[in-house]
Amino acid sequence: MPDAASPATQSRTALDVANLGKRVPLPSGELTILEDIGFSIASGDSVAIVGASGSGKSTLLSLMAGLDVPSSGEVRLDGAPMSALDEDGRAKVRADKVGFVFQSFQLLPSLTALENVMLPLELRGDADAEGPARATLAKVGLAERLAHYPRQLSGGEQQRVALARAFVTGPSLLLADEPTGNLDTHTGEAVIELLFAMNMEAGTTLVLVTHDEHLAARCSRVLRLDGGRLVGA
Amino acid sequence: MKLPRLAWRQLRRDLASGDIRILIAALTLAVVAVTAIGFVTDRAERALAIEANRLLGGDAVLRGDQPISGALREAAMAPGLAHTETVEFQSMIRVGEGADANLRLGDLRALGEGFPLRGRFVVDDARGEHDAGGIPAPGTLWMSRAGADQLGARPGDAVSIGQSRLTLAALVVQEPDAAMDYFNVAPRVFLNLADLPATGLVQEGSRIRYRLVVAGDAAAVERFTGVAKASLGRGQRLETIADARPEIRSALDRAGRFLGLAALVSVVLAAVAVAMAARRHGERHLSGAAVMRCLGASQRTLVGIHVGEMALLGLFASALGVAIAFALQWAVGAWLAQALGLSIPPAGWLPALQGLAVGMVVLLAFAAPPVLALRRVSALRVLRRDLDRAEPAAWAVLLSGFAGLAALVWWKAGSATLGGAMLLGIGATLGALALLAWAMIALVRRMRARLRGALRYGLANVSRRAGSSIAQVTALGLGLMALLLLTFVRTDLLDRWQLSLAQDAPNRFIINVQSDQVQPVRDFIAAQGLAAPTLVPMVRARLLERNGTPARGESVAERVEAEGGDARQAQRRAEREFNLSFADALRDDNKVVAGKFWGTTRPARPELSVEEKFAASLGWKLGDRITFDIAGQRFTGRITSLRSIDWESFRPNFFVLASPGALDGYPASYITAVSVPVSKPRFTAGLVQRFPNLSVIDIDVVLKQVRSIGDQVSTVVQVVFWFAFAAGVLVLLAAVGASQDERLQEGGVMRVLGASRGQLRLAQASEFAAIGLLAGLVAAIAASVLSGVVAREVFDLPWQPNWAMAAAGGALGMAAALAAGLFATRRVVDAPPSVTLREIDG
Repeated sequence: MPDAASPATQSRTALDVANLGKRVPLPSGELTILEDIGFSIASGDSVAIVGASGSGKSTLLSLMAGLDVPSSGEVRLDGAPMSALDEDGRAKVRADKVGFVFQSFQLLPSLTALENVMLPLELRGDADAEGPARATLAKVGLAERLAHYPRQLSGGEQQRVALARAFVTGPSLLLADEPTGNLDTHTGEAVIELLFAMNMEAGTTLVLVTHDEHLAARCSRVLRLDGGRLVGA
Repeated sequence: MKLPRLAWRQLRRDLASGDIRILIAALTLAVVAVTAIGFVTDRAERALAIEANRLLGGDAVLRGDQPISGALREAAMAPGLAHTETVEFQSMIRVGEGADANLRLGDLRALGEGFPLRGRFVVDDARGEHDAGGIPAPGTLWMSRAGADQLGARPGDAVSIGQSRLTLAALVVQEPDAAMDYFNVAPRVFLNLADLPATGLVQEGSRIRYRLVVAGDAAAVERFTGVAKASLGRGQRLETIADARPEIRSALDRAGRFLGLAALVSVVLAAVAVAMAARRHGERHLSGAAVMRCLGASQRTLVGIHVGEMALLGLFASALGVAIAFALQWAVGAWLAQALGLSIPPAGWLPALQGLAVGMVVLLAFAAPPVLALRRVSALRVLRRDLDRAEPAAWAVLLSGFAGLAALVWWKAGSATLGGAMLLGIGATLGALALLAWAMIALVRRMRARLRGALRYGLANVSRRAGSSIAQVTALGLGLMALLLLTFVRTDLLDRWQLSLAQDAPNRFIINVQSDQVQPVRDFIAAQGLAAPTLVPMVRARLLERNGTPARGESVAERVEAEGGDARQAQRRAEREFNLSFADALRDDNKVVAGKFWGTTRPARPELSVEEKFAASLGWKLGDRITFDIAGQRFTGRITSLRSIDWESFRPNFFVLASPGALDGYPASYITAVSVPVSKPRFTAGLVQRFPNLSVIDIDVVLKQVRSIGDQVSTVVQVVFWFAFAAGVLVLLAAVGASQDERLQEGGVMRVLGASRGQLRLAQASEFAAIGLLAGLVAAIAASVLSGVVAREVFDLPWQPNWAMAAAGGALGMAAALAAGLFATRRVVDAPPSVTLREIDG
């Protein structure tokens, strides 16, 4: 059983997805977005999910993050079933264990770079948010830009702030949705280097949704989605 | 498909969206504010027009101090006219006999057959209250209900007047021509003109007022007034409906204008909400418009659909506003009828049309630019969303809004000068409030560093959308400020003013004390344990000449008008009776501002000292010789000083004072004022019992009446200001609506980062609480400054901060902003974060 893996093997299961399905009602009938998805990801592993547009990648990511509830099946994070939790319970799990990186950065425009990185720590209730936030921003090379607002930063800088925000809570799972989709090739590569370096250092489990086969190849595993089904792992 | 149908279909689809609902609400509110005030003012004016007839008792009245005869009487007998007459004077009225008799000085009116020709008496007798349908039968009389209370008289009692004894047949509940006379305290007695000669009261030298009343068809009345004007004699005056109660007419006119302008404050704020909502509406339709362009729709079609939609929406919202205003004015009308003691006719349709026009003007001026800008949208936008936002030109928005506003203000103000001043006033107030709001938002920006997490995010939103926050704080603050200022002046300032009047300020005026009663009255008052009062002599006089030339009312009016003064007031003052007094020293509530007061030396020739504003109103100057008629004798004095009077001393004061000795030998009565503590409720009764001819005016009662009228008026004003406050809340809703997409997105991000629903709510609450608190503070500061000005300039009181008011403002602002803001952002919490992010991230 995947969730009963022995610590001795160093492959403790971080994320376990079993029989996952998502269907939405439409006037014309029910639309199946995901069907019977199942896989496990070991702690510290890096997995790419690839597939064409509409293949269900983003929905799968949402379900893994507990942003949405599945129509069937189960997602377990560090062995705990997400479906047993209500919305606020899932939010707590995200605050404690999940980091997120978006294609369009999603920094809060009213907060400075430092405040953006402090926010998840504060939402979690950490007593000291500023110290770790400063340290993480220094790690992504933005120690000099703490007081800048998102609109004052370049796209690459914004995504680095987003990386800092994702890693600052020390998550066990990092979910990245097309993290280079809005960046030019050069900047995108720099961000990816940073992402993998930080992931390596923190030992975080990484799940990366992408179109980019080249990027997918950098992960230790690739899951392929087609029409809402897993077609290759 | 036809354009109207497309427009209608679009409106129906759009009705579900927040911006259109806010647009409709704002427009409806603007129309309600203007129309409700319009309806109420219209009804009050109609009531006054009817009242004017009633006040005269006919269509035209000729007044004189001699019986009206000759050509004038003949003119009244012309075909098409009915006429009657009344005779009025003051006399003692006695109820009961011997030691138990109650005596009071009262106003007597002897009524001719047929009076009143317009209006009616309502009397109360054994049949209950009913329309009297005529005048008292010979041998009987009627008495005002208040007068009967004072005299302890009941229907059936015998009442002595002069040499006659008549039976009290009924109490008068409503008199045709005494409405709104709040200060009339003397008993009023009505008898049949046929009974007058037997009383023996009409004698040579008696001060009697004769009135010839006519009514009839308009042409006949006009002919009569033409003849009457041409042959008016000395001491005669013609009154028609047009000039009846000019003071009430002009007060009503001013009140209507003030309320109309106050309602415009709501319109201005609602217009801001309309502009915000229309802009958001335009933005929301950009993509749709681009797709329609792609599919081949012409600019004309696009404009047609959107303008058509706006026109339908405007008509709907304006009609709704008119309907609500109509319902409101029914309630207000009933209340007004009770407050003014009038029956109020229903409103006309003009205010409704005006309301519709206001709605359409606001919509056109404030919603047209973003909607019209949609026609410029590029079809390419379908491919590139960042392309061509189709923003309306800033100058077009400003110009269009300003033009619309200027048109409304000009219309309501009735003059370009007042309109300009009003626009400037609104602009300056909004500017000052915005500046205050900006400074406070800058403070909030600094403060947020001390906060954490959701709270900091909430406050950060206030300073990030600074423009929008300033608009919200200013709009909410303006409505709040008006409410606070009104409450402050109405309660706090009036209370402080009343307290500031000397504790021993006189509260009873005792008039009509005869020369031989001066000492007994003084002794009586002293025996009550009250300070011995000064009794001031008073001599009744009529103005005859100024510097040797006759000073008739009309000639005085003409001269004063030529000098730029108030002709009507000058004529009234010149024609009415003067009360002269004399004094050898000035009290501390009088100050000489020009010339020299005679002081203790008794001048050889009579000198006069005149109150400065009174002198100015009649065009009198230092050195003028003024001649009066006192009971048939001429009296001339020279003006040697002008005085200012502190009327708040509540002591008897006179416009015209003569030097000591100058009025010796002329008939005088005395007047005094005393301060009676509440612990002596029997004082007045005891005094009148002992001296039945005295009349006592209870200032406490008068003040109470003034205050109650003030309360009634300020209730109406308050309703208008609540409209403005509601409009401020709509601006907040529109501003939140405009940032809804951003809020949804950021809410989604917060949820992804692990924020609970509670934390999201806390972030929103902190933002709106801050906006509301700032609005409350801005309002409290502005209201404090303004009330400080009112306190100093109007009430002569030092400025005093009112912390309770500031707290109330803050609390009200916060409650309103919190309720409205949390309601408007409920979707941010309720929307599933995955859906929100997917929508936004594409």
